[in-house]
Amino acid sequence: MNIHEYQAKQVLKGFGAPVAEGVAITDAGEAEKAARMLPGPLYVVKSQIHAGGRGKGKFKELGPDAKGGVRLAKSIEDVVANAKEMLGHTLVTKQTGESGKQVNRLYIEDGADIARELYLSILVDRAVGKVAFVASTEGGMDIETVAAETPEKIVNLPIDPTAGVTEADASKLSDALKLDGEARADGMTLFPTLYKAFMDKDMSLLEINPLIVMTNGRLRVLDAKVSFDSNALFRHDDIKALRDETEEDAKEIEASKYDLAYIALDGDIGCMVNGAGLAMATMDIIKLYGKEPANFLDVGGGASKEKVTSAFKIITADPNVKGILVNIFGGIMRCDVIAEGVVAAVKEVGLKVPLVVRLEGTNVDQGKQILDQSGLDITSADDLDDAAQKIVKAVG
Amino acid sequence: MSILVEKNTKIIVQGLTGKTGTFHTEQALAYHGTQMVAGIHPKKGGETWTAGEGAKDAAGTELPIFTSVAEAKDKTGATASVIYVPPAGAAAAIEEAIEAGIDLITCITEGIPVSDMVKVKAKLEKSKSRLIGPNCPGVLTPEECKIGIMPGNIFSKGSVGVVSRSGTLTYEAVFQTTNEGLGQTTAVGIGGDPVKGTEFIDVLEMFLADDATQSIIMIGEIGGSAEEDAAQFLADEAKKGRSKPTVGFIAGRTAPKGRTMGHAGAVVSGGKGGAEDKIEAMEKAGIRVSPSPAQLGKTLVELLKG
Repeated sequence: MNIHEYQAKQVLKGFGAPVAEGVAITDAGEAEKAARMLPGPLYVVKSQIHAGGRGKGKFKELGPDAKGGVRLAKSIEDVVANAKEMLGHTLVTKQTGESGKQVNRLYIEDGADIARELYLSILVDRAVGKVAFVASTEGGMDIETVAAETPEKIVNLPIDPTAGVTEADASKLSDALKLDGEARADGMTLFPTLYKAFMDKDMSLLEINPLIVMTNGRLRVLDAKVSFDSNALFRHDDIKALRDETEEDAKEIEASKYDLAYIALDGDIGCMVNGAGLAMATMDIIKLYGKEPANFLDVGGGASKEKVTSAFKIITADPNVKGILVNIFGGIMRCDVIAEGVVAAVKEVGLKVPLVVRLEGTNVDQGKQILDQSGLDITSADDLDDAAQKIVKAVG
Repeated sequence: MSILVEKNTKIIVQGLTGKTGTFHTEQALAYHGTQMVAGIHPKKGGETWTAGEGAKDAAGTELPIFTSVAEAKDKTGATASVIYVPPAGAAAAIEEAIEAGIDLITCITEGIPVSDMVKVKAKLEKSKSRLIGPNCPGVLTPEECKIGIMPGNIFSKGSVGVVSRSGTLTYEAVFQTTNEGLGQTTAVGIGGDPVKGTEFIDVLEMFLADDATQSIIMIGEIGGSAEEDAAQFLADEAKKGRSKPTVGFIAGRTAPKGRTMGHAGAVVSGGKGGAEDKIEAMEKAGIRVSPSPAQLGKTLVELLKG
């Protein structure tokens, strides 16, 4: 689960990390009041959307010469003018895709005088099965670019889960970021603080880009991107409350209510599959035969008839879907249950597009019989290859 | 021969008394009499669990319930455990099995927080236990032993070793090799989580060492670099003269970047973990990568013909 920058900073501030003062607003009328709460004279007005690259992003409605999604303001009037221009408009960044994302919220923040921009993140290094810091002196730019062009400038430091961030670890990170004086002292405190925040709140990514050394020699978290481990949300009600559903796809929210793993895509063949690996492979084989999948959908191992019905409804509600492929390899999942769910859903919502069903595994004969006797226009497939070819041909 | 499990493997069930544990334990008993020997429940020690009709010929089998893994191991001589405990308590269940000195721990549970697994992994590395999973379908040696949730009816005894990050794609590989008349030695689902007990390399090493395994199917997916590491391992071993015909498949060629595709570990992030890099690394190592998940068996047959 992702959260906004302003929320991430509030979480980090709660642990004692140095962040700037700031106020989030959803209405341009609140901008002046928000700015007056800050010390000034320098302010930053930042678009709050769940996507990176905001600074270099462009507003769709404002033309190519308008400023980006993160703006510097030198007076309160300037803050208000920028807020009016940004709120409600669509920001297109390299992470939003062409359609962009509407900016419904701004974060007005106290400006800082920057001496150096650094990069710092914490993530799970799956190769070693440990939480690791990634640090670089090259902050403020894409870390992927740094990794490609100057990999020697990136330091990766796995943390022993029993010992946590030791004095030696913090020193290594300070050295990697070339910190000295007060900034070094700030860093020695900041690194264990961030690690604690990461562990206590079950984050999956904490990225600070940039972490800055200010002209007064102190460290500050200038930008923060935080994602949480969805599997751990059950023990963090405070984090769950930070979810902003307006940032998510409506179909994905609907699917999550039924505990379905669903991801909306751009193609025109809807898929319903059991198992994440097979669901991905089904998308791949559709592409292999020349079409694009409209979604990823894993109904899971132990789906009920109701779950299958709701999955089917979500797929058919997508106007891009011109054909549907149901691919089930029943292990725990029984084919007759799937067949009953599909028949019930078709009877309830109707079927306006071709439907190909491939069933294999537990109770496959009963499943096929249910489909055959339903009187519905369902094409049966013998195996995955056959199924993919049939649906691609049917959609044309 | 086979790897990890065979007909004499004795297994205890952590989470036997729940619906999932009961269903799959009955299925295991029904599968060539897999030796399920006990269940664990902290409050139901001393009671017995009775297999229902799902166990077919083994219906009515009674298993003792113990309060701890250590006690169950002591009383039954079990060397393996399977875990069907819900996510919030699954990591503690794995840790209990490690502390009791269980040799082979298989965790089926999906949805364990990553930070819990990081702690488990640290404990695991200091122990002699092997963990398969979590978020995996288990391990099955045809006609001998079934640990976990794989459908037994699609297996046949044979010569292919199957290792996979995905459950249902394991079934595809098994089903196709059965249909081609090759059969399997053992199938191992290593699981779809980013932090797990056993990686491809561990299982590939066992397959290379197992005389009965004459060929291998390895199924990976996007995310991480375990497939690249495995490819490098196979290339290095081949230089030492150890190699077996291997077919590979990578799921997720069409997955969008930055999205987690159902499995917690299946995500392309920071330009890493993409399908094309994995396929390239595998092909370079001499693995025949099938472009289609429907052609795993046929591709292996072609490869074996030479």
